[in-house]
Amino acid sequence: MLPTEGFVDLSRWQFALTSMYHFIFVPLTLGLSWILFITEAVYVMTGKEIYKDMTRFWGKLFGINFALGVTTGLTMEFQFGTNWAYYSHYVGDIFGAPLAIEGLMAFFLESTFIGLFFFGWDRLSKRAHLAVTFLVALGSNLSALWILVANAWMQNPVGAEFNFETMRMELASFKELFFNPVAQVKFVHTVGAGYVTASMFVLAVSSYYLLRGRDLAFARRSFAVAAGFGLASILSVIVLGDETGYVIGQVQKVKLAAMEAEWETEPPPSDFTVFGFPNQQDLKTDAEIKIPWIGGIIVTRSLDTPVPGVKDLIAASEERIRRGMRAYGLLEKLRGGDRSPANIRQFKEDQENLGYGLLLKRYTPRVVDATEDQIKQAARDTIPNVGWMFWTFRIMVGLGFYMLVLIGLSFYFCAKRVLEQKRWLLKILVFSLPAPWIAAELGWFVAEYGRQPWTIGGILPTFLSSSTLGMGDIVGSLIGLILLYTILLIVEMYLMVKFVRQGPSSLHTGRYHFEQVEAAARS
Amino acid sequence: MLFDYYTLKIIWWLFVGVLLIGFALLGGFDLGIGALLPFVAKNDEQRRVLLNAIGPTWEGNQVWFITAGGALFAAWPLVYAVAFSGFYWAMLLVLFALFFRPVGFEYRSKLADPRWRTAWDWGLFIGGGVPALVFGVAFGNLLQGVPFQYDEFMRPTYTGSFWGLLNPFALLAGIVSLSMLIMHGAVYLQLRTEAELNLRARTAVRWFGLIFMAAFALAGIWQGFGIDGFRIVSSPDPGTAFGPLAKTVEVAAGAWLQNYGFYPWMMLAPVLGFGGGILAIVLSSRDRPGFAFVCSGAALAGVILTAGFAMFPFIIPSRTAPNGSLTAFDATSSHRTLNLMFIAVVVFLPIVLAYTGWVYRVLRGKITEEKIRENTHSAY
Repeated sequence: MLPTEGFVDLSRWQFALTSMYHFIFVPLTLGLSWILFITEAVYVMTGKEIYKDMTRFWGKLFGINFALGVTTGLTMEFQFGTNWAYYSHYVGDIFGAPLAIEGLMAFFLESTFIGLFFFGWDRLSKRAHLAVTFLVALGSNLSALWILVANAWMQNPVGAEFNFETMRMELASFKELFFNPVAQVKFVHTVGAGYVTASMFVLAVSSYYLLRGRDLAFARRSFAVAAGFGLASILSVIVLGDETGYVIGQVQKVKLAAMEAEWETEPPPSDFTVFGFPNQQDLKTDAEIKIPWIGGIIVTRSLDTPVPGVKDLIAASEERIRRGMRAYGLLEKLRGGDRSPANIRQFKEDQENLGYGLLLKRYTPRVVDATEDQIKQAARDTIPNVGWMFWTFRIMVGLGFYMLVLIGLSFYFCAKRVLEQKRWLLKILVFSLPAPWIAAELGWFVAEYGRQPWTIGGILPTFLSSSTLGMGDIVGSLIGLILLYTILLIVEMYLMVKFVRQGPSSLHTGRYHFEQVEAAARS
Repeated sequence: MLFDYYTLKIIWWLFVGVLLIGFALLGGFDLGIGALLPFVAKNDEQRRVLLNAIGPTWEGNQVWFITAGGALFAAWPLVYAVAFSGFYWAMLLVLFALFFRPVGFEYRSKLADPRWRTAWDWGLFIGGGVPALVFGVAFGNLLQGVPFQYDEFMRPTYTGSFWGLLNPFALLAGIVSLSMLIMHGAVYLQLRTEAELNLRARTAVRWFGLIFMAAFALAGIWQGFGIDGFRIVSSPDPGTAFGPLAKTVEVAAGAWLQNYGFYPWMMLAPVLGFGGGILAIVLSSRDRPGFAFVCSGAALAGVILTAGFAMFPFIIPSRTAPNGSLTAFDATSSHRTLNLMFIAVVVFLPIVLAYTGWVYRVLRGKITEEKIRENTHSAY
């Protein structure tokens, strides 16, 4: 029995909400851990106490954020099993490995040393503590590496093959899994986005202190570190973002066509659509504004390679669906016990299209009896909603360039030592605090929504991947998660704002603003 | 490949056991202390002593659980799929309870308001007690078999209910796990505290140690004589790749004792459970918490192995379709994945153990109320 569409939709909502919520905390952890390492390294090299205070204060905020990162990460690990059981069975042989290695290699490292980061100041030498901070940063970033290796395999499932005996995908080459080109570019793009997030966070909070005119020495130094780190990061995010686009153009042509609202395969080099309203019904873009040549040059880095359009991609999917039906028929024979060499050989020829055959299960449980209309419909299903893809992608890129300008100016004025005169910039920085988060969430939306209708690109359709549960189960868990997550977010934000307002005075060293004001009032 | 498929299947059964025992040994005392928190500590400072005894290291300890989950996914994907989706609400209960731990430790002492702190104390109590109980309940249900089956494309469906999990035997198993983890936590507390708290911890070791051993004995008798076990009647060669439906299984009284008949050395596991428990109580009352901790750890390992040996090679027996039961031979990943994960474990686990040991050494020593007062702004 297949789960109903409503059930699968709610499972998807749950996954989307919990993973986007998780990613509120992850990018800050990824980047702030390195900023802590930088400030502490300066402390160890110069012996200036203020850099230790910086490490401890930003570390306090890091801790508040980290706690919810851990909390919500656990949901992600549970959820593949609880809500996507068929997915777990079908691809666990491949997908589980990077997750387990993440635990062994990275999460152990990060979590074991995080306690020592907070409680080891008096128990370790300066250098040993710096090493601990480094290991926390390394652990969190290695975590991201393995998670993105797993995620990249969902986008571009290399190094695996189907086994009809066990009725699942199995690992064929770990090397291909690890060196998946999507994993490489996604890793750098994603951790880079984390570094930008942390830099924007430190810039915004430091700007707030500068605007208030308190703890100036502390704020200036923090600002300088974040501006330098941020500039290097935003540049690499944009460069690697472009690289991601190039790789997607190679291996996820449908996603790319949707992002660019490229309906027809144009003669190369194709145009770039800057603006427009994609109309999926009629497969065209209303009110579009195009720049000639740019699209083809960005995507293919050549003047003569065509970028396949949606219409041609639908036609290609249709062809694969027909071959997938054949593969499905042969699979049924094999599972039924008819394992003649001819059947096995034929199945091996067509098995790479089996996933496309499974797309028909939505319309007919037997697959092999699909009508022409059903095949056509399934082929159209392979295109995600172009309007959403087109716009979320553009807003993300726009925010990226906006932050490039902002961080560039911050760096420039900081280096010229005129920063505090540019109060307008400091104000803009404070109000731009949400920008990196919006960009990161939209980036994930483009990546994951653009993977639809698949959980594993071309292999396993989303609607087949879920667990077999009742509607009440998913509604109940969704309500429970929303309730708990809302409470936790309010608590976290409350503490974050409280400690940001207190600033380094919260360290109780007696050296900072509020304590000095208090001391002055007493004397 | 380093080993043949059959050997790797056995090794992976052992590895999952090692990860579970590792979690019980390290994460277990954190859970136990969480469950004791509102009762052993009488005021805010004492509670902070408890939290700071485990706070700096609990995070790493919980990764044993997370890694065990990841290893289950990688090495036994079907087990991961069936257990997590079948025990849906039990899993969510554990998940929701565990939510309170990272934030509980980190946020509790950041504000001075007593209502705020009391609320998080109860959160940490839930975060410690509920998972400790549910883990045992889950094992209790595995021993009785779980109602689930698959369709022709191996899509698993669980046909029981959440309330069905809370049957008398499973609840007894829950008491075993809860009381043994509280005992373990109390021993650790005795090791890390002084004076009043130290004495209360000792009392807790005694009482929960006795409850644990009584419940363990009762569960052992019940499991051996009151519950039908499962037995493989015929199966393809376990050194080859096959799905769970390829074998035949029968349900038989006393089948869970069969392994102990074939391999009498397995009796060491229950002996370790009882012996460790008794020694932990005795050594704790003689003020030797270090040795008592080793013994309560041995008791934990003994209990988990007792259940594991009884069921081997079964992992999740199916009550409604016994042939589809999941075993260490047919619920596993491919030869290549098992091999890869074997290498990953052999390379990384010793490294993890080494730095975990180092971190504990750096953070060793008694936690006292004076120390909390000195570090009131930075301590948990």
